[in-house]
Amino acid sequence: MTVLIYLVPIALGLGFMGLLAFLWSLRSGQYDDLEGAAYRILTDEDLKEPKE
Amino acid sequence: MTMAVGHSALQIRSSGASSTLELAIDGIVSPSAISEIEIALIGVPGLMSARLNLTTHRLSTEWVHPNFNPAPIFPILERLGYLAVPFTSNSAEAEENAQTKWLLRCLAVAGFAALNVMLLSVSVWSGNITDITPETRDFFHWLSALIALPAAGFAGQPFFLNAIRAVRAGEMTMDVPISVGILLALGMSVAETAIHAEHVYFDSALMLLFFLLAGRVLDHAMRLKTRALASNLAALRASTALRLGSDGTSTEVSPDTLVPGDFLLARAGDRIAADGTVIEGSSYVDESFVTGETAVRPINVGEKVFAGMLNGTGVLRISVATTGASTLLAEIERLIDNTVTAKSRYVQIADRIARLYAPIVHVAAAITAMGWILSGASVHDALIIAIAVLIITCPCALALAAPTVQVVVAGASFKQGILMRSGDVIERMAEVDTIVFDKTGTLTLPEPVPLNAAEIPAELLSIASRLAETSHHPLARSIRELAPKHLGPLEALHEASEEAGHGVRASINGVEARLGSPEFCNMIMPQGSDSASIIGVRYGTQSAVIRIGQKMRCDAAETISTLMKLGFRILILSGDHENAVRPVAHTLGISDWQAGMKPADKLIALDALKQKGHKILMVGDGLNDAPALAAASVSLSPATGADVTQAVADAVFLGNRLAAVKIILNLCRSGRAIMRENFAIALIYNLIAIPLAVAGQVTPLIAAAAMSGSSILVTANALRARNGKGRQ
Repeated sequence: MTVLIYLVPIALGLGFMGLLAFLWSLRSGQYDDLEGAAYRILTDEDLKEPKE
Repeated sequence: MTMAVGHSALQIRSSGASSTLELAIDGIVSPSAISEIEIALIGVPGLMSARLNLTTHRLSTEWVHPNFNPAPIFPILERLGYLAVPFTSNSAEAEENAQTKWLLRCLAVAGFAALNVMLLSVSVWSGNITDITPETRDFFHWLSALIALPAAGFAGQPFFLNAIRAVRAGEMTMDVPISVGILLALGMSVAETAIHAEHVYFDSALMLLFFLLAGRVLDHAMRLKTRALASNLAALRASTALRLGSDGTSTEVSPDTLVPGDFLLARAGDRIAADGTVIEGSSYVDESFVTGETAVRPINVGEKVFAGMLNGTGVLRISVATTGASTLLAEIERLIDNTVTAKSRYVQIADRIARLYAPIVHVAAAITAMGWILSGASVHDALIIAIAVLIITCPCALALAAPTVQVVVAGASFKQGILMRSGDVIERMAEVDTIVFDKTGTLTLPEPVPLNAAEIPAELLSIASRLAETSHHPLARSIRELAPKHLGPLEALHEASEEAGHGVRASINGVEARLGSPEFCNMIMPQGSDSASIIGVRYGTQSAVIRIGQKMRCDAAETISTLMKLGFRILILSGDHENAVRPVAHTLGISDWQAGMKPADKLIALDALKQKGHKILMVGDGLNDAPALAAASVSLSPATGADVTQAVADAVFLGNRLAAVKIILNLCRSGRAIMRENFAIALIYNLIAIPLAVAGQVTPLIAAAAMSGSSILVTANALRARNGKGRQ
């Protein structure tokens, strides 16, 4: 069962990375507009750069 | 359409190198608005980014150059058919936003910890019946403790803090048994781990937190959206005031910044921005917004005017009232403050259950412990069983029962154009047996409309609407909307000019066109029998009379008769004259009506009804209705209502259809029925689980299965509240 010494930290570490990714996405405002996000994925227009 | 805002008052926020401006956008009907608006704004030189939030209907613009002028954004949006108004989020909304994010962080932490601990627990459960060594089990238990304790300490804060607050105030809410249950489960699990026991409850505690937080997050997210759209409405309505400087120049300012002693200029067609006294000029004012009276009243130097009145044809100079306490708004606010609202006394069904529930389960746990000790069990075993009783009765499904239904009902009513301010509106709305309507702006449309448009030739109509665009007169706005769509683009106007007090004239294709009083249009004043205003229109030799007056909402009669059939008692309490109220009441078949009521009179009438035990829904829009709205058990206001009125209303409806009253009552009644079902489900779950726990048969596996099973059942049941009782 010594393999647990490696596997448990790896499993927890992966989960923790997921948690950090969620907290980051929350902080960067990705949940501010859930309705808009559903439609934004359908448009290709985001390729143009705004003129400076 | 002209710009509704002065750009001097733009709320630009600068942080570091870039500046941002937030705009509330009106007119978004489809998601294509995102690409339409954002692509159009790419063309604005210097603008770095523009992002539309479809949930809150707000556009966030950002630029770097310090000299960038955001003014060109407005005409671009206007051409696309959207009205944009600068917006600063108020502190209440910002706080609620932060609160929701905090809850989401707690939810994420609880979810992460619950899943990982569950992984370890499942290993232990399957190991217990096969070949796990006690050392490995202890290792897994300590690992669970390592994850669960900090996670619960963080994610449990929303409940612990509320529970401490409730206990200090001597109240009983759901948060108290929740906190007790979670803390006991964690504490006992640590103690059991220390003595190498088989069963620990770390997973139960975390799963409980996860489900409970999910309910709270849903609740907050709904409220946040409602609040955002409600404050957009306020921003779109916000007017500006013209403050007169000592040198005679006028500057456009926000009405909030006016102080007593300032001088104001009110142009023809402006809403008066503050209470005060007329010091120069004479005009007609329409005070229907303030008193509910539809009549237009002449006003002269020395007379008082109130915020919200619509200035007619003349220009007024107004001295802003010096004593705040004597103004009408102050009087209204005093009445609202004095109203002991039904809301503050209302105890939500969940809290009523908590008051009964918490003592019962705590006593049951104590009796269980004593019973086991008396029957010869060790103190340790007896305590373990008693704590298991508390864990299994921890009101997980009970705490989800109401919020899940609230979210579903608020979402469904939102789709119908009704914004609910809080979840407990559902319970209060479902109790209503009496509905009190205001007349002006509530049963009737908020603005006067042409009554005889169908009788007028289309060409004259389009000319009238064209001329009306050049006029500031209060009635001009309703004529603007008259242009028949099928005629296509209109002819250009030449030499348009407005003669104050008479009308507008212009030339079209070399022929003179006039819109205004019948005399101005060389017509004979027709004999009017009702309170409608008469406007004439002339083009060459053609002429017609347009009658403009209060018109009932198109579905008022149908809605009222349906409500009566449903058994509601219906009343009209109006500030308008008897002659104006009687025909409306008669048409709608309402026999209970009172006219000429002051705000305080409405309060007295409501109190009399409340004394008889009636639960009242008040529907009103005017400033004069605000105290009555606060006093009723629940209240509804159209989105066209006065600011103060909307602030006290429990729900606001958009659009011109009175059916909103029927829709919200229906949704709330079915919502409350489903809420009760949910409580029944939660209690049945407890009826099954408690005997098992008291008998000492509950293992962590059973606790986990029962807890998640009942929570999922309650949540699934809540989804049925979407449709209301029977389809609309």
